[in-house]
Amino acid sequence: MLLIPCPFCGARDETEFAYGGEAGIERPADPEAATDEAWTDYLCFHDNPKGPHRELWFHRDGCRRWLEVERDTYTHELGAVRLSRP
Amino acid sequence: MRRQPFRAAEGGHLIDRSEPLRFDFDGHRHEGYRGDSLASSLLAAGVRIVARSFKYHRPRGVWGFGPEEPNAMVTTGVREEARPNLKATEVPLSEGLEAFGQNAWPSVSWDLGGAVGLAGGLMPAGFYYKTFMAPARWWYSLYEPLIRRMAGFGPAPRTPDDAFYAKRRIHADVLVAGGGPAGVAAALAAARAGARVVLADENTRFGGDLLRAPGEVGDSDGLAWIDTATAELEAMSHVHLLNRATVAGYYDHNLLTVAERAGEEEGAPGAPAMRLWFVRAREVVIAAGAHERPLLFDGNDRPGVMSASAAGGYAHAYGVLAGRQAVVAGNNDSIYRVARLLRSVGVSIAAVADTRSGGDVRDLPCRAGEAVERVLGSRRVRGVLLRRADGRAGDKGERITCDLVAVSGGWSPAVHLHAQARGSLRYDEERGLILPDRAGGANRSAGAGAGRFDLDGCLEEGWAAGIAAAASSGHERAAGEPPRSPDRNAGEAPVFWQTGGGKRFVDLQYDVTAADVDLAAREGYRSVEHVKRYTALGMGTDQGKTSGMAGLVLLSEALGRPVAQTGTTTFRPPYTPVPMAAMASGLLGEGRDALRRTAADDWHEARGAPFTAAGLWRRPRYYPREGMDEAETIDAEVRETRAGAGIVDVGTLGKVDIQGRDAAAFLDLVYANRMSSLKTGRGRYGLMLREDGRVFDDGVVMRLGENHFYLTTTTAHQHEAMQHIELLLQTVWPELEVYATDVTEHWFAAALAGPGSRALLERAAPELDLSDDAFPMMAVRAATVAGLSALVFRMSFSGELSYEVAVPADHGLALWTRLLTEGREDGLTPYGTEAMGTMRIEKGHVTHAEADGRTTPDDLGLGRMASAGGPAIGKRSLELPALRRNGRQQLVGLSVIDPEARIPPGCQVVESDDMRPAPPLGHVTSFCYSPTLGRALALALVENGRARTGQTVYIASPVIDLSMAAEIVSPVFYDPEGTRLNG
Amino acid sequence: MQRYSIFSLLRGAFSGHRDWEPAWRAPEPKSSYDVIIVGGGGHGLATAYYLARNHGIANVAVLERGWIGGGNTGRNTTIVRSNYLLPENQRFYEHSLKLWEGLSRDLNYNVMFSPRGVINVFHTDAQRDYWVRRHNGMRYAGIDAELLTRADLARLVPALNLSPDIRHPVVGGVMQPRGGVARHDAVAWGYARAADALGVDIIQDCEVTGIDIQGGRVTGLQTSRGPIGAGRVGLAVAGHSSRLAEMAGVRLPIETHLLTATVSEPVKPFIDAVVSIAATHAYVSQTDKGEVLIGGSLDGYNSWSQRGSPARLEDILASASEYFPRVSRLRQLRHWAGVMDMSMDGSPIIAKLPVEGLVMTGGWCYGGFKATPASGWCLAWTLANDAPHALNAPFSLERFRTGAVLDENGAGPVAWGH
Repeated sequence: MLLIPCPFCGARDETEFAYGGEAGIERPADPEAATDEAWTDYLCFHDNPKGPHRELWFHRDGCRRWLEVERDTYTHELGAVRLSRP
Repeated sequence: MRRQPFRAAEGGHLIDRSEPLRFDFDGHRHEGYRGDSLASSLLAAGVRIVARSFKYHRPRGVWGFGPEEPNAMVTTGVREEARPNLKATEVPLSEGLEAFGQNAWPSVSWDLGGAVGLAGGLMPAGFYYKTFMAPARWWYSLYEPLIRRMAGFGPAPRTPDDAFYAKRRIHADVLVAGGGPAGVAAALAAARAGARVVLADENTRFGGDLLRAPGEVGDSDGLAWIDTATAELEAMSHVHLLNRATVAGYYDHNLLTVAERAGEEEGAPGAPAMRLWFVRAREVVIAAGAHERPLLFDGNDRPGVMSASAAGGYAHAYGVLAGRQAVVAGNNDSIYRVARLLRSVGVSIAAVADTRSGGDVRDLPCRAGEAVERVLGSRRVRGVLLRRADGRAGDKGERITCDLVAVSGGWSPAVHLHAQARGSLRYDEERGLILPDRAGGANRSAGAGAGRFDLDGCLEEGWAAGIAAAASSGHERAAGEPPRSPDRNAGEAPVFWQTGGGKRFVDLQYDVTAADVDLAAREGYRSVEHVKRYTALGMGTDQGKTSGMAGLVLLSEALGRPVAQTGTTTFRPPYTPVPMAAMASGLLGEGRDALRRTAADDWHEARGAPFTAAGLWRRPRYYPREGMDEAETIDAEVRETRAGAGIVDVGTLGKVDIQGRDAAAFLDLVYANRMSSLKTGRGRYGLMLREDGRVFDDGVVMRLGENHFYLTTTTAHQHEAMQHIELLLQTVWPELEVYATDVTEHWFAAALAGPGSRALLERAAPELDLSDDAFPMMAVRAATVAGLSALVFRMSFSGELSYEVAVPADHGLALWTRLLTEGREDGLTPYGTEAMGTMRIEKGHVTHAEADGRTTPDDLGLGRMASAGGPAIGKRSLELPALRRNGRQQLVGLSVIDPEARIPPGCQVVESDDMRPAPPLGHVTSFCYSPTLGRALALALVENGRARTGQTVYIASPVIDLSMAAEIVSPVFYDPEGTRLNG
Repeated sequence: MQRYSIFSLLRGAFSGHRDWEPAWRAPEPKSSYDVIIVGGGGHGLATAYYLARNHGIANVAVLERGWIGGGNTGRNTTIVRSNYLLPENQRFYEHSLKLWEGLSRDLNYNVMFSPRGVINVFHTDAQRDYWVRRHNGMRYAGIDAELLTRADLARLVPALNLSPDIRHPVVGGVMQPRGGVARHDAVAWGYARAADALGVDIIQDCEVTGIDIQGGRVTGLQTSRGPIGAGRVGLAVAGHSSRLAEMAGVRLPIETHLLTATVSEPVKPFIDAVVSIAATHAYVSQTDKGEVLIGGSLDGYNSWSQRGSPARLEDILASASEYFPRVSRLRQLRHWAGVMDMSMDGSPIIAKLPVEGLVMTGGWCYGGFKATPASGWCLAWTLANDAPHALNAPFSLERFRTGAVLDENGAGPVAWGH
């Protein structure tokens, strides 16, 4: 069970959070101008590393902020946790 | 008073001889003492056969002392109260305890299943993979049921476990797993340094190995030192001491589960049977001790063959003689200590066989360089054959009479928690030990669990680990001097495992022999995991605590490769079995999920409404009426609403308050259709898409001010919709100044529907002008309704003239009851979700039955609406070829031709009514009987559906063999022109 | 191949079982093969077997990083069924089920396929409509399916809690009678032995570290045991699909997630069918050994750790105890987590990749074990014909570009939502 240090609320169990997948995926600024490939890259083709991963977590049962968390997907060790900014 | 023939006249620090307890085993009455385990009391009573083995039904006795016990599995209690698969070594004796041996009929001492053993030659490892294949049907109709009945240890449970279980979640600086000398030293050091400490130990008393054999700490008795140290810890407010508490699982970020058998403690009335602790520790000290290894020789499973330390432990802790005459055999110095312990309670020592050549001790009948070749006796030990350990030719060996063979093959550190935490292991070739290597997480291992077998070493390592753990968690007060012991004999054991041939059991629980391991290796199952899975070695309830190392060494020998290269199987939690009921506690019944009720719920309940689940909410289905069945009642609610006025509780809808400078711009991005063009005081139906272009949610958006909106979401998706909005605001468009607040719980809402609703509302809200001009469709006004401050929206789900009235949730029940009182003379009809659903189907509105996550706006006939707005979420995906192609399923109405027919649930839409396999055209999404139209109606998604309007198709449910003809029509069955919306 | 039968066992009994041959050889890798399959789990081994048996391509190696069957093949809840919603999935899984039905004899290895019935119970009108519709759809696809009343459930699953007084009472159920369970390890071993007998080299402890591509065509693999040439390469590595595809410069719409499963201590039989609970997503069966086997839903965040959260565990054990109250009297023996290759629409990918000669099977989500025979069958076909079979044509990679996704759950492009 992960213990995620929320910048607002302190360290909390993972059960208070909702996962949001890979962080920093750029939504095409002008979707209509994006090719099908660029658009579906954004939609479906994400990083899936075994190791360090930047990802979004939503403090659903706390401050309701979306956080950007560095986490190793194998060891589950956490790195930096901060408020999400694209 | 009944005799305990194998109880010494005195001794036994765990038992209280002043309190004898009676118990039954397999229907025979015996006696033991308070403090006994079932195993110790059975041994005291002279019961030697306590179980039958899994595969061959061989008689088995007690082997171990604690959770490592592979053999002595029992069921306690009878019928409804039966608890299967308990280890006799872990069952505390209690007055009137009833216990039964397992896997035997009629009893463990006379077991007809023993005949199976005669066919043992047909059942080598993995035999079932090689036969029972033809004919195919026979496997599951004949062989498998037979095998299932033969397998399974204990009886199937008949009732739930209704004992009281509890959970506690705490934070600690240091969790110490194991309360032997190393663990107690660690806890003392860490606590003195100022750390918040939890010390958990599985036994009834701290002491670890000191419970089984005496030792010295400082210049006093070891257990006395343990008592002093734990008394000091007990007095500290920042320390939790847990006896009968097994550290079971080690999880991410140093969360550990500790299963405390609180109910077994004396004088703890009202205590839960088990308290399951979830300890989040900054640091963990693993002082889990070690398990004694068996020796492999022919008949090493006979009742009477026992772990040497266990035999010594029964003597020391319980004053129990595990036999009258013992052969103690092993490959390390601990056997001498055991022999003396046994002798001290009156066991006569026939021989001490030490596989090593040195080690002769004068006061014992030593046989240096000798090992047990074979056990004599068929149901229990009657003697052994000793031979030279180096297998010198021509040695015929010597028979020695005995009824106890106490064996020690050395020790395996309990590295389970270390390994569960993802620590790496290393194999110490010289010492034959698998040891913790790099830690996986904030933990350190100490004592026997880390390969230190001398008491002084355990104390030293434990102390140092405690100091270090406290320091890592920020506590560095002076802790004083570490305890020391004169015992510095590390008890090293050379790797020596087996002698001779015959039936040498590796895994006693699953009847895996050395020959099985050898066979597996020869057949190509060369990975240690393959061997485990092929032979079942280590798969039992003891999880291979005694068998693992022996299996590993045998396999390595068979493969001719070093043990270090063979590797271990994965250590999975829990360390010992944990009751399901403990894990489940707090999460059953109402504890499963919150039950959400609207503000008017009490009224619905008082009216006897049956409820339906809508997510976590409950909603009234209908309001029962005297002399009418369910269908008639629902029909009446619909008819009365359409003819007069009805009221429905819509408090479950999600509600979001949106404010800020960029609120309108933001909503244009969230909804497929445009919201910024809304005028203040007006609302609009809104369609939210997922980014993949599928319809996600819908609701109404109302503009309360220039920068202030109030929107509703569906009941089903209210959480997802809110989370979606917050995701977009915080990660995609953080530059927008928008504040979104979930106000679902703040507001209650009721809808008044029907041509009579205007007149009723006029009376309830006299200052509100409800004329079409002043209050048109999709307008919103603040008003006082029934004396309550409210927002009133004119909108319609039912297809009738309709107003939704929202008030602060605290006033919800008042609003509901006042409107009903106000409407009494108008015949205001409360209606439930069934009538609401019927009216929305008649009107062709979609819900999540239609917007099922696969449908596009166009599929649902909402394509034009979606194309109206700007580049909102999901719009780009609508351009992908598969979302634009022809032939997609589209929403249509189905009007059943036979007015008497009723549509069953889950129907497909097909071209023919013969029910033969054929690709369906689509499926029914929603269905009802329409009292308004006098026939059954359905909404359906049908391939190219709109182009099929007017065609006859079949609505069919093959699983109940029912079909009916229906005509494809517009999904808006009722008042397609919308004239009734205006009253 | 040494035939297995009751007679061979009898002979073995008289010879002290000294004459059993290795079930498969342990060959050194050759310098090149016509086809190399990466991944010695059920899917990879099945692919090799069908390549040799159905297509006469036997110059094949299966490379396994660890030990065969050591991935999800040996770590799943062993359920076999074809009760799917979407026609493409129905056809594929039904083909698989038919292969299961003859598999023990086909392989001369008892995989203990036990069609004891797979039951789904539901709790609300909406769930009822969905499950009955799904089973009606199965009937139209020629698959067995039945509707169960509460009385049926009481008869078929006496241990099931049908009380109206629980948080989410059971209102009914559906069943696929031909669904059931099989012995997971035996599937890997049986395919391995049969493939080996046809000449396939099964090479364990051989990790692939690179994929050689020349002129847009795969030519071989770099491995921990040296380079090996290959005419074609099939990837059958489940949770590790992303990593292998990445070696060929291909990105996949797959994310790796954890799925926890747990067993109780073994007891005598009291649960005969496989029962899946809609309200809690838990599924419960009892193994031949007597253990109650319980699975649940994903932990819900990308992970390769094979170690699940205790929170999920509490949840699935509570689910099992709620719906099988007697289970609460048992004790949990061990738990583990599989590494699930969750695709973006919940359906698999069995397809040619954008490198000539490179094909994959993956994105199995929860369906991997039951799909084993058909996945191997289809991947073998695709390798042999350089084109997909009609059964796996819908499971293309291209569908994620065109939007023709097979979203069995309607959850959208959220890997952990399926």
